[in-house]
Amino acid sequence: MIFTSPALSYTLLSPILILLGGALIGVLVEAFVSKALRPVVQLTLSLGTLMLALMQVWRIRGEESLTPAMGSLVIDGPAVLIQGSILIIAIISIFLIADTEQFTPLAAALPGSAEERQAEQAGNQVTEVYPLTLFAVSGMMIFPIATDLIMLFVALEVLSLPLYLMAGLSRRRRLASQESALKYFLLGSFASAFFLFGAAYLYGFSGSITFSGIQAAVVGGTGNDVLLLIGMSFLSIGLLFKVGAVPFHSWTPDVYQGAPTPITAFMAAATKVAAFGAMLRIYYTVFANAEWSWIPVISAIAIISMVLGSLVAIAQRDVKRMLAYSSIAHAGFLLSGIIALNKSGLDATIFYLFAYGIATVGGFAVVTLVRDSSGEVTDLNRWKGLGKRSPFAASAFALFLLAFAGIPLTSGFIGKFSIFSAAYENGATAVVITGVLSSAIAAFFYIRVIVLMFFTDAVEDGTAVEIPSILTRATVIIAAVITLVLGIYPAPVLDFITDLAIFIR
Amino acid sequence: MFISNTLVYLIALPLAGAAILLLAGRRTDKWGHLLATAMSASSFGVGLYQLMLMLDRPTEQRPASQKLFEWIHVGEFKVDAGLLLDQLSICFVLLITGVGTLIHIYSISYMSHDKDRRRFFAYLNLFIASMLLLVLGDSYLNLYVGWEGVGLASYLLIGFWNQKPAYATASKKAFVMNRVGDMGLSFAIMIAFATMGTVSFVGVQEQVSQTSEAALTAIGLMLLVAAAGKSAQFPLQAWLGDAMAGPTPVSALIHAATMVTAGVYLITRSNFVFDAAPTAQLVVVIVGAITLMFGALIGTAKDDIKKALAASTMSQIGYMTLAAGLGPVGYAFAIMHLLTHGFFKAGMFLGAGSVMHGMNDEVNMRKYGALRKFMPITFVTFGLGYLAILGIPPFAGFYSKDLIIETAFDAGGAKGIILGITTLIGASITAFYMTRVMILTFTGTKRWDGDAHPHESPWLMWLPMAILAIGSVSSGYLLSRGDALENWLYPLFDHSDEYQKHLIEPIIVSGMALTMVAIGVAVAYFKYARQDVSSTAPEDVSIFTKVARQDLMQDRFNEAVFMRPGQALTTTLIATDQAVVDGAVRGVGQVALSSGSALRGLQNGYVRSYAAIILVGAIALIAAIWVVVS
Repeated sequence: MIFTSPALSYTLLSPILILLGGALIGVLVEAFVSKALRPVVQLTLSLGTLMLALMQVWRIRGEESLTPAMGSLVIDGPAVLIQGSILIIAIISIFLIADTEQFTPLAAALPGSAEERQAEQAGNQVTEVYPLTLFAVSGMMIFPIATDLIMLFVALEVLSLPLYLMAGLSRRRRLASQESALKYFLLGSFASAFFLFGAAYLYGFSGSITFSGIQAAVVGGTGNDVLLLIGMSFLSIGLLFKVGAVPFHSWTPDVYQGAPTPITAFMAAATKVAAFGAMLRIYYTVFANAEWSWIPVISAIAIISMVLGSLVAIAQRDVKRMLAYSSIAHAGFLLSGIIALNKSGLDATIFYLFAYGIATVGGFAVVTLVRDSSGEVTDLNRWKGLGKRSPFAASAFALFLLAFAGIPLTSGFIGKFSIFSAAYENGATAVVITGVLSSAIAAFFYIRVIVLMFFTDAVEDGTAVEIPSILTRATVIIAAVITLVLGIYPAPVLDFITDLAIFIR
Repeated sequence: MFISNTLVYLIALPLAGAAILLLAGRRTDKWGHLLATAMSASSFGVGLYQLMLMLDRPTEQRPASQKLFEWIHVGEFKVDAGLLLDQLSICFVLLITGVGTLIHIYSISYMSHDKDRRRFFAYLNLFIASMLLLVLGDSYLNLYVGWEGVGLASYLLIGFWNQKPAYATASKKAFVMNRVGDMGLSFAIMIAFATMGTVSFVGVQEQVSQTSEAALTAIGLMLLVAAAGKSAQFPLQAWLGDAMAGPTPVSALIHAATMVTAGVYLITRSNFVFDAAPTAQLVVVIVGAITLMFGALIGTAKDDIKKALAASTMSQIGYMTLAAGLGPVGYAFAIMHLLTHGFFKAGMFLGAGSVMHGMNDEVNMRKYGALRKFMPITFVTFGLGYLAILGIPPFAGFYSKDLIIETAFDAGGAKGIILGITTLIGASITAFYMTRVMILTFTGTKRWDGDAHPHESPWLMWLPMAILAIGSVSSGYLLSRGDALENWLYPLFDHSDEYQKHLIEPIIVSGMALTMVAIGVAVAYFKYARQDVSSTAPEDVSIFTKVARQDLMQDRFNEAVFMRPGQALTTTLIATDQAVVDGAVRGVGQVALSSGSALRGLQNGYVRSYAAIILVGAIALIAAIWVVVS
């Protein structure tokens, strides 16, 4: 057997390599740097790694290659845009993760045990969360650029495993946090199994694990469509699980609520970008010629996701659960960009992903600010009158809610407008109508929260708002500014996306 | 078209002023008013500079444009933020910044005792910037931004003394009634975009010939609704009288000289739409005619000097609207009357402010009298404005109003007769109520309240009044000499069927107009100068006076026709909302929360259930694809 050494384009892969390198150094830091210095070193290291990776992504924009890694990965416009979005979201999420109040001092200790108390008194911190984040980010960076099924699966696991762990690290309500981590892990494994099963069927259908091979088989036809349909369905289940579309959404509320809020912010925003990035590539290239079979089904999933997400959000009394259901509805909105299956749909989905991701991190960042003596307060009833006590937090949250609702002058409006018009171009009238109607339903609820914050008097045991750390405040401000700028003057970003977003096959 | 890159400074200067004053807060209290005045004056300077550049260019090169940035570009929809300065907008730019600067100067003194003077000047600057954006925008959408901006500034300034609930209510009333007009504008923009695919002035003008008349009529009528809201035209006129709650310089600048004329600007700017939609044009004329009579009649019964002047403003804008509805002939005359009116009405409002300043903020003219001796400068400047609005030659109003009356007669047939007579009667009533204001305020006996010590205002106040008075005297002659303004605006308006022979000789029209004015003056003289005026309004008056005192029942009308049905509607809607919508929503929430079997039952926290859901979903998905495929 002859082995040839693989030819790699290091420049094009540099963002991923930098991230993996940073993560490995992070592991070494855990081992060799003293406890007191670790938080600062880890934060600096992670931030530096992410910034450097972002810089590299910026430098390789406009470059295209089908073979940066022997045909297993691809670098093109959408890849750069998705990777850049993930990195920007990760950077502002890192500021939230730096808030040590959120994490348990000793993840291995039983909740409420003596060890836990000792660790707390000793001032321990789980700084492991930084390298875990970097590993997750590298998985997310590979996921949307993978061009064969094995690579896709590896990336899926690399991004998922750290998240399962991180979900269980909450300092308060540790049992709920651990429960959510376990749920996420079990259900994620279940979905991964579907995913792998689907990959096997697709191999059976086409005799190839590369996207180009499968695509050629879809175009040419192999006379065995049953294998294609089952493979496609199972693969889709794996992806739809990650984005939290109905009926594969059931983990979302529990995990979003249980996980430490900074992790929820990161997970909700970045995972969605990565998973939709991969879906865009798969549906726009590999399965594009089988659209007759999947468009009706994905449309149906989009519709029930939008409706169920919006309706159930109304009944929520917990702000994190509400945001979780909102994210389910947004998965439906984003699916209409997949259904559009045209250039404007691609542009719109990428814009929407970025805008939504930023607003989501901002929204959860505000949630981390609203606290009383026993930690975060997520009961909406205790958010009454927040506008008077903490105008900064309340107005920022109002802005993000308006963006979720798609009110003009926020990024959400431009995103919804462009994604629905793209879907409409492709004849997805039912999806667009449902989308607009469920946006209206959702807007009702978002605005009710705004009313609650600004026009309702506070209850007696009103929620204290802690003075935010500079980093959290920075996250909120950056997210708010991006949300506003994308709403008022989106043209440069839209043009940038339009120029770059072309898949190469 | 000439490409300029300096137009933006016109707007940027006052906008920067407003931003500095609002953001820097109390730190600027000491010099904020000076900065705001300087910003407005600099903007005026830029305007003059642009005018000189424009005069240097050949006629077809005169309009200048500047693209600021690409504003919205989504799919087919593309709007640039761009400015357009042509022969029409430069008139407005100079009026807004010129009169605006004078009023800034006046306000330095007028507002000197107000602790919120800085905020007042910030709003004034904001208004100037928005108004300039309104007249400089190169598309309906850009205009809309300025349109809303002036609405906001107007709201803030009417309610400037919002510690008085009545004033706060007045600002809300103006705001709400303006919303109706704004809806019209947004509908017009939407129809234009749906039928023509563009919202820029140039684009719409090019598309007019390929657009159905029905669509153009719809756009025209919607633009008219917008104009009626902003310019206090029938049937959206009721807010203007209450808007006098704002400080008097605001009434002079916003509610007399500039903002309320935005509707006339909108109609003349959209001349290509109205020329192609005769029905809409006819409605414009009718609205103008009704409003000019409406305002004039209200003006006869008002004892509040500012409300009398406000009614007069409404009536004079009615003249402009009427002229603008008469097609290509009328546009230039509408603009001319707008400009002369800007001078004499702003001058009179400032005069009224000067009187109030000397009389402890008393606005009731029945408590004035014999002020001529105590306020000679105010008397003279106000008097020159009075002669101008009456249309006595050679004062400004003579030129502009006579031209409108002539054009009205020239419309021909029954239409011409009706319009001509309406404008003549309007002129007569104008003479009556303005003479009444003059007599009650400046002549006769003292009817002051005990502690009034009238005195002339300081020079910072009378200087702007004097400059405006010069405009009241000369502007009409300057603008009409050799048809100066008509020729200046000529390239903008379609003159194909223009300059028909006058149906009635101009000299005869002038004669008739002057006769009507003389009758009005005489009636007022005999009624108010030859008899003693009581310091309280008499109660035993005819039904007509009572009706006129109540603004011709406009508020009663609105209450009966809009408010009560509106309240009934909202009550019903709230009930419906609570019963049906909330019920449905709660019902769904109930389904989600408590029915146990449906959604919440699914979200029970058990991993095994979640896995089961995923499994069922997977089976459903396969089944669905199966159904789709076969």
